[in-house]
Amino acid sequence: MSKQKNKTSVDNGNIAVFHSKTKVTITYILIIVIGLYIASAFYTEAYPNLIIAGMPVVIDFVIYDFFPPNLKYISTVMKALIETWNMALLSTTLSVIFALPISFLAAANINKNKVFYQIVRFILNIIRTIPELILAVLLVAFMGIGVISGIGALFIFSLGILAKLISETIEAIDPNPLEAIRATGANTIQVIRYAVIPQILPQYTSYALYVLEINVRASVILGFVGAGGIGIILKQQTSLFNYGNVSTIILMTFIAVTIIDFVSSRVRERLL
Amino acid sequence: MTKNTIIQKPKKDRMFWIRTTISAVILIFLYYIALTTTDLTYRGSTLSPGALLQRLFWNPFFDDAVLEKVPEYIAYMIETLAIAYGGAVIGAILAIPFGFLAASNISKFSYIGKWILNAIRAFPEVMFAIIFVAAVGMGPFAGVLAIGINSIGMLGKLYSEVIESIDMSVLESFKANGAGRLQTIWYGVIPQIIPEFASYAIYRYEIDVRSSTVLGVVGAGGIGTPLIIAAMQRSWERVGMMLMIIIVVVSVIDFISSRIRRRLV
Repeated sequence: MSKQKNKTSVDNGNIAVFHSKTKVTITYILIIVIGLYIASAFYTEAYPNLIIAGMPVVIDFVIYDFFPPNLKYISTVMKALIETWNMALLSTTLSVIFALPISFLAAANINKNKVFYQIVRFILNIIRTIPELILAVLLVAFMGIGVISGIGALFIFSLGILAKLISETIEAIDPNPLEAIRATGANTIQVIRYAVIPQILPQYTSYALYVLEINVRASVILGFVGAGGIGIILKQQTSLFNYGNVSTIILMTFIAVTIIDFVSSRVRERLL
Repeated sequence: MTKNTIIQKPKKDRMFWIRTTISAVILIFLYYIALTTTDLTYRGSTLSPGALLQRLFWNPFFDDAVLEKVPEYIAYMIETLAIAYGGAVIGAILAIPFGFLAASNISKFSYIGKWILNAIRAFPEVMFAIIFVAAVGMGPFAGVLAIGINSIGMLGKLYSEVIESIDMSVLESFKANGAGRLQTIWYGVIPQIIPEFASYAIYRYEIDVRSSTVLGVVGAGGIGTPLIIAAMQRSWERVGMMLMIIIVVVSVIDFISSRIRRRLV
């Protein structure tokens, strides 16, 4: 405390860098953050000392149990990876197609009907709170076990993200071309076609690729509930404690995701 | 009246057409593979969607066995929030050195930092969870570790972008006044980056809450475990109740967090 007082008093020759009121606020915030952390550590038994002590265990485990990866398993993993990629690609395609009209409804400068606009926004917000795995559980119940429910789950999941991103882009576009085209007597569809689409096309493509990246990663877990992809064999091999195979799956997924991310981010850089 | 002139669109050059053709061929190839190799058979289910939705979102309110379990589910949800919080705090702290390492205006080896962060982000979170559950056993502890490590990837990248965008002239003026290296960082760098760092950490917490609901599936604690068990038993009333709890809690957290973030930045 005394140190703080010295800093705030001008008599000492120092000028306060932070306002004293700011200091009080920061102290309160720190107390709340640390208090919540202590509560969470008690709840989860993840005390900081345990975390430090746990790290060598994890590293030992990775070194002794995960290496060497089982190379004979590669062909099986490859098949599952292609299935995962196909799921991600097809679901992204569907959501890219369906997100466009929805995002026009969720953009305030196109959809002038306030109530309808709020309803669309509300539904999109609800969709985005549901984790993809739970969507997969529900869709497996609707459509049965298989790739098709995985595609459906990823479609709904990415529709929420994509519609939000695109509608925000639409709301941020330059309004002058809209007005100019409207002044020539164009209807809403024509305004969208000639004033909005050319402005959002680069972002639209870029977000589509971004969602593809997200879907590739999200599709890994869907197999755990029977919705297809690499998760099926991952679950199977983990419950058999077959860590050589698990590490093959993890490494190959890692490589595949890295390649997809790299290509997609390169393309996106050129688009924008 | 002069002759009507039609404004012609500028012609695309040859490179454009070559590129378009190549992209189209690649896309057609990818879709051909996707559509021919994927097993898209619809197996159907015994439940109609309407009946399922009713069992999920309407019946739980009238089922005493489910209503009895609500306090238990809320306790699981609190555990989920605690796992996400513990993980987010660990991630937010550990991401700071990585962020500085990956910032090109501070670090000389920024490419190493960027490479590490990219590698962490390429790892799907469920794989971290599997590794940690296998190493330290089932339970929330594994979940905290998985979420903590996974958060470093995204937070470190965002942190490094914040650090790269700071006003370097402020640092120069501190140095010109005779401030040491530590003083420069404390008075020059920290005040510039704290609001953004905090804002990103809170944003990451929103994501972590979502992931920790999922990680229970592989045994990393939280509401995911009872949820997946109920789903496997096709006990849709219990699934629906937990789903509604998740939706409400996640929406509330998103709302609070976006309010705080708006005030911070």
